[in-house]
Amino acid sequence: MPDDTLNVSHFLVTGDPLIYGADVSIVVVSIAIVAVLTYYRKWGWLWREWLTTVDHKKIGIMYMIAALLMLFRGGVDALLMRMQLAFPNTRFLEAEHYNQIFTTHGTIMILFMAMPFIFAMMNIAVPLMIGARDVAFPYLNAISFWMFFFGAMLFNLSFVIGGSPDAGWTSYPPLAESDFNLGPGENYYLLALQISGIGSIATGINFFVTILKMRAPGMTLMRMPLFCWAILATSILIIFVFPVLTVALALLLIDRIAGAHFFTMLGGGNPMMYINMFWIWGHPEVYIVILPAFGIFSEVVATFSGKRIFGYASMVASLMAIAVISYFTWVHHFFTMGAGPGVNSFFALSTMIIAIPTGVKIFNWLATMYNGRVRVTVPMKWALGFIPNFAVGGATGVMLSVAPADYQYHNSYFLIAHFHQTLIGGVVFGMLAGMYYWWPKMFGFVLEERYANWGFWWFNIGFYVCFIPQYLLGFMGMTRRIYTYPTGMGWSTLNLISTIGAFMMGLGFLFIAAGIVYSIFYGERDTTGDPWNGRTLEWSVPSPAPHYNFARIPVVTSRDAWWTMKKERKQGVLPPGEDEIRPIHMPKNSGRPFILSLSFFVAGFGLVFHWYILTVIGFSAVAACLLLRSFDYDTDYYIPVDEIKKTEASYGRS
Amino acid sequence: MSMMEEKVPGHKGRAEDGKWPWMHIVGFVISIVLTLIALRLVLAHAMAPSGLFVTIMVLAVLQILVQLFFFMHILEGGGPRWHLWMLTLGFIFVFTIVAGSIWIMTFGAEAY
Ligand code: HEM
Ligand SMILES: [Cu+2]
Repeated sequence: MPDDTLNVSHFLVTGDPLIYGADVSIVVVSIAIVAVLTYYRKWGWLWREWLTTVDHKKIGIMYMIAALLMLFRGGVDALLMRMQLAFPNTRFLEAEHYNQIFTTHGTIMILFMAMPFIFAMMNIAVPLMIGARDVAFPYLNAISFWMFFFGAMLFNLSFVIGGSPDAGWTSYPPLAESDFNLGPGENYYLLALQISGIGSIATGINFFVTILKMRAPGMTLMRMPLFCWAILATSILIIFVFPVLTVALALLLIDRIAGAHFFTMLGGGNPMMYINMFWIWGHPEVYIVILPAFGIFSEVVATFSGKRIFGYASMVASLMAIAVISYFTWVHHFFTMGAGPGVNSFFALSTMIIAIPTGVKIFNWLATMYNGRVRVTVPMKWALGFIPNFAVGGATGVMLSVAPADYQYHNSYFLIAHFHQTLIGGVVFGMLAGMYYWWPKMFGFVLEERYANWGFWWFNIGFYVCFIPQYLLGFMGMTRRIYTYPTGMGWSTLNLISTIGAFMMGLGFLFIAAGIVYSIFYGERDTTGDPWNGRTLEWSVPSPAPHYNFARIPVVTSRDAWWTMKKERKQGVLPPGEDEIRPIHMPKNSGRPFILSLSFFVAGFGLVFHWYILTVIGFSAVAACLLLRSFDYDTDYYIPVDEIKKTEASYGRS
Repeated sequence: MSMMEEKVPGHKGRAEDGKWPWMHIVGFVISIVLTLIALRLVLAHAMAPSGLFVTIMVLAVLQILVQLFFFMHILEGGGPRWHLWMLTLGFIFVFTIVAGSIWIMTFGAEAY
């Protein structure tokens, strides 16, 4: 068992100028936030409007802000690593520090950037697209967000208190076991993922139920926008695979803090079992994050081609096929374990099969654009940039899936280039497309084009400059997770080019961020609610959407419901269901999700340092919150008709 | 409109039906008993390892059934039977995890 006496010099990470810098900036930013909130007397506003909200649109916005901040933090990690690797024999980061940085980079990018970004998009769009007034369980939705938030906080705290995890984002034993990894870093990893994982499972359940049960009258499953289908598939995957991660992490945590031997060879355990379970979750996880991006591209491509999506039914079928098949491919992440030809051939084949439905989708997007009147707006640029990117990412994936060949590629820079191509070119491009596309719906103004274009081009070109050299470096034998390399390997030039590309992407991100700030002041206001001439129901309500979403629940008669309504209105056909406005039933705000998740954070922090009293306090508070909720009957209210009419009139609608 | 009303959770006060949740309590007790039996058998080394594995598996399956009937009310509810679809899928996935892991971890092991 690890030694749990920690003195102060271990508690606060010391001795590294980068970390002192972080300490200072954390303190400065915290003081600034507190000062601004106090000066403008915004504490009450923050609590009432945001911290206690159960409104899916606001929760979505908070997810998005968090995801952008985490993209920034993970991006800084990436630039530090690329600076270290730009030249041979660099002494900018020490080995230990480099290990911590690639670990936090990977963990943050997947779990605290990609996941909240997809949750942001689904929260913002799904209820509006299916004609609902909120998700099925709004209170649970708030819990999901705050569990994610405090999980992410716990993870980021490790940087300055106790030290960051350093066993990779996959946290494989035996390296991640207490024998080799004494410090609290791995505990942070395990507990942060556990806490945010609860939130993720709840979100999966929430959106699964929302999509099946809350659709407006007439919106049959086959009339749903493809984004909703993508979220349905993602939710199914989340429900079935996150529990596997929970179990794997829990067993490793028990190994670490209670001295068990699930994954240690000595005690009769088997470390490969962790790796097996990790990837049972891990492979579907990459599809959990890519399917929503596919959904966004389907919406964006249809809208800006002015056509309904080509091959709707085959799009649905391929989404569902991917969701199921992706469950049967996990061994391709450890072909080199050498389970033997039977196992490896089975999983090589299942992996290759996944490329088929993916290809179907690419052809359908292309066919949608074909003969369409394509408007190359900013979201459409990201969609267009995605297609060649993902074609390469998919092709290199199929190369990796050839088990004997993978013995060469595995854990080389070729692998690194492959998954960045899919994760950046697929997920990040998709989420940014969604952000530009739905921004007017979230905030009531369009993001300015010039900055966005600069951002797009720097990021897109920078991407290729950064990662194409990495494919080559992989072929030349450079392995992942090395903190430096000698001269004379022939890797130096390509590494330098790659670093330049990374900084081009960083510049692209700055343009995107600057564009957001600029647009807050000067962005074109969206007064119509339908700035893109959209096809789906979210564009039928004003921007930003009123908190009850729809004054009257729409009645849907076709796919691309809003497009049909607009056409019919032009012909003078009034949509059905234009009856009287009635009082709207809504869930009440609650501070409990915030307090509940804060309590989890306290309990988790206690476990990280083996301070069990703190853990008991935290979990008691959790139990109290759950009990209070059980006896809370005052959870909802009605918005009176007058108020709805007033709100609608303020948007110029009746 | 009326569709929405029944769908907002927590709208029907839970105190309304006022019945003591017997089903839940019975299910809770059975679950705890099943768990304690498993724990006891393992701690006491009551059987050879392979016998223990099989017994624990059987107890686990029983526990799943208890959950489905007492907590999830598998037999209730109208409309499309989404839960049956999900259960089937869940069964396939769980089978894949368990059988797949055993296969992967033992295949070719005899060679060493
Ligand atoms: C046609 C589709 C794809 C195929 C055939 C494929 C195949 C593979 C294979 C065989 C590996 C393991 C290589 C090794 O470790 O030696 C791998 C790794 C990886 N793939 Fe893919 N992949 C595909 C799509 C994706 C997508 C869509 C994503 C994410 C959005 C993704 C993310 C990853 C990640 C993160 C890893 C490496 C994880 C690690 O070791 O840290 N892949 N892929
Ligand atoms: Cu995979």
